[in-house]
Amino acid sequence: MSRTPSGTTTRIVQLFPDLLGTYGDGGNVTVLTERFRRRGLAVARTDVTIGDPIPDDAHLYVIGGGEDGPQSRAADLLRASGSLHKAVAGGAAVLAVCAGFQMLGKHFVAPDGTVVDGLGLLDVATRRGPGERIVGEVVATPVPALALPTLTGYENHGGVTDLGGDASPLGTVTVGTGNRPGAGVEGAWQGRIVATYLHGPVLARNPALADLFIAWATDVEPGTLAILDDGPIDALRAARLRAATAT
Amino acid sequence: MDRSLSRKPPPLSPAPSLRLKATAKTMRATAAVARLTGRGGSVLGGHVGLRAHPKLITELAAGRWIAAVSATNGKTTTTSLLRAALATAGPVVSNTSGSNLRTGIAAALASDLTTRSVALEVDEATLATTGVELAPAVIVLGNLSRDQLDRYGEVRILAQRWRTLLGDLPEVEVVANADDPLVVWAVEPAQRLTWVAPGMTWTADAAVCPSCGDAIVHDASGWRCTGCALRRPAPHVISDGSTVRFTDTEPPLEVPVSLALPGAFNVGNAALALAAARFAGVDPATGAEAMGTVTQVAGRYRTVTRGAHSARLLMAKNPAGWQESLGLIAGGATPVVVGINARVADGKDPSWLWDVAFEQLEGRPVVAAGERVEDLSVRLHYAGVDHRVHHGPTLDALDDLPEGPVEVVCNYTAFADILAALP
Repeated sequence: MSRTPSGTTTRIVQLFPDLLGTYGDGGNVTVLTERFRRRGLAVARTDVTIGDPIPDDAHLYVIGGGEDGPQSRAADLLRASGSLHKAVAGGAAVLAVCAGFQMLGKHFVAPDGTVVDGLGLLDVATRRGPGERIVGEVVATPVPALALPTLTGYENHGGVTDLGGDASPLGTVTVGTGNRPGAGVEGAWQGRIVATYLHGPVLARNPALADLFIAWATDVEPGTLAILDDGPIDALRAARLRAATAT
Repeated sequence: MDRSLSRKPPPLSPAPSLRLKATAKTMRATAAVARLTGRGGSVLGGHVGLRAHPKLITELAAGRWIAAVSATNGKTTTTSLLRAALATAGPVVSNTSGSNLRTGIAAALASDLTTRSVALEVDEATLATTGVELAPAVIVLGNLSRDQLDRYGEVRILAQRWRTLLGDLPEVEVVANADDPLVVWAVEPAQRLTWVAPGMTWTADAAVCPSCGDAIVHDASGWRCTGCALRRPAPHVISDGSTVRFTDTEPPLEVPVSLALPGAFNVGNAALALAAARFAGVDPATGAEAMGTVTQVAGRYRTVTRGAHSARLLMAKNPAGWQESLGLIAGGATPVVVGINARVADGKDPSWLWDVAFEQLEGRPVVAAGERVEDLSVRLHYAGVDHRVHHGPTLDALDDLPEGPVEVVCNYTAFADILAALP
């Protein structure tokens, strides 16, 4: 279902920007759509807000970070609809950031401390962190299987996440905290789902990760995608990596 | 209720104690020394005073008529406009320089112990504690939106703190923005309310009901929650961008507002300030006329000449503010310099750049500047806005532009850097 022969339109769904759009993560969708367009690849973007039907036939789903209350609400809506589960079973790719990351796991914590069932699409579990919010620049070395360059981003989360056996970390932390103090890893990767605590937004700072999603959604090898002018992005990556290692 | 029967400020009593006078004197002296040595000034004086005297704000506030103004955006401007209106009735103490934390508030109050009329800008996160200390006659609540998320956490938590404060202040007159669902929810515990409709274009932070979590829909009649009873209250005071109408007087009163400050949103700020000034006995027409003399607010909106360029200085610190500032300069072909920092006071994560519609700058000469110029440059790159990247002091970016007018829009500390560099 998610296979897109060349010439057809890739459908991107941004899930609940009204609930989970607090941290500029909508920028991830902007980056994805622009990187399709600038390569002459047809792309259609749909923003799904509360009350809208959730498509089960998109190729790429993006879920952002947000506040605690809306996070539970978004999880309820996605669970009740079943569309995301159906799409993932059919091979759709998902990028989930922060609250979205927590929500895709087995469970997470509501504002009042109660444990809330997640969507169970990722083998991870989130609990309340031991102390202060985890905030700051992050640098991580991606797992070799993804063949990505160094990841850069900005984390800001209260919950801490542990990975189960079916989920791989997205990367190993060299600066910052990542999923949990002491764990030394950032994010999760399972099938075509990538989840992360990194804002920035993550795809603005890590264009190779954006291109991995584009390759998945169009069923090509990442190396075969047309090269884009990433000059400003190279400059940003250099600046952030320099700043992260200087502190 | 007829709100035209406003209350006059009470007389100042009791007289400040000798100890309070001595503390205030020390603070003013500290501030003077700090200014001479280039280390801040009034805020340092406030710090010294509060260290010596933890209940200082309560004591300095006692017996005065105080209006406290808070909001994510527009609080400095609203306070300046309110100060101008109140000044038609006599001297006013204010912190119009924008020092809105406890230190700045203590310093403003200590700067003048005898003036009874006080207009204070209060930081939105500080209001919950300082509001109790000040026990103001009027609290003006403008709006709440995302800003400095790594510092303040979530917007709804701020609204919750405002709720707690207002529950503890049953006597206070609250002047609140009826167009902002977060504000309307935050002021539910208030006993005495004046609803102002300043006109509000930024709705992205109140797409979801703060009370029940259902969707909020916006239409011609305002907004309402689809899941609970929260909806836009009928406003007592309405701005249409050039006139402020008071519907709670008999007959209704229309006041033309002609500001030197640009933008319909500033007439909205004037509406909030006029509604507040009424409680000090200031007639809205008189207040509005006085507001027309405010030409800049802590350097914002000021035009400076530098060589062959005249630069209009605009400050925007979050997506809602950027929407207003970019709206002000929209449609023209004037070159634009944008300066972005991400220090503690700005919020150290500039991800919010992606919530700003920079696409509207396409086709104009644009220079990106500031300490986070690379983040801005990537945002502009994906927005399809051709631009040049300038490293170094933001105003130096003017040198590369054709002579004539330039719009300079910066976020908080980038703007402060520009002001500090001016002769």
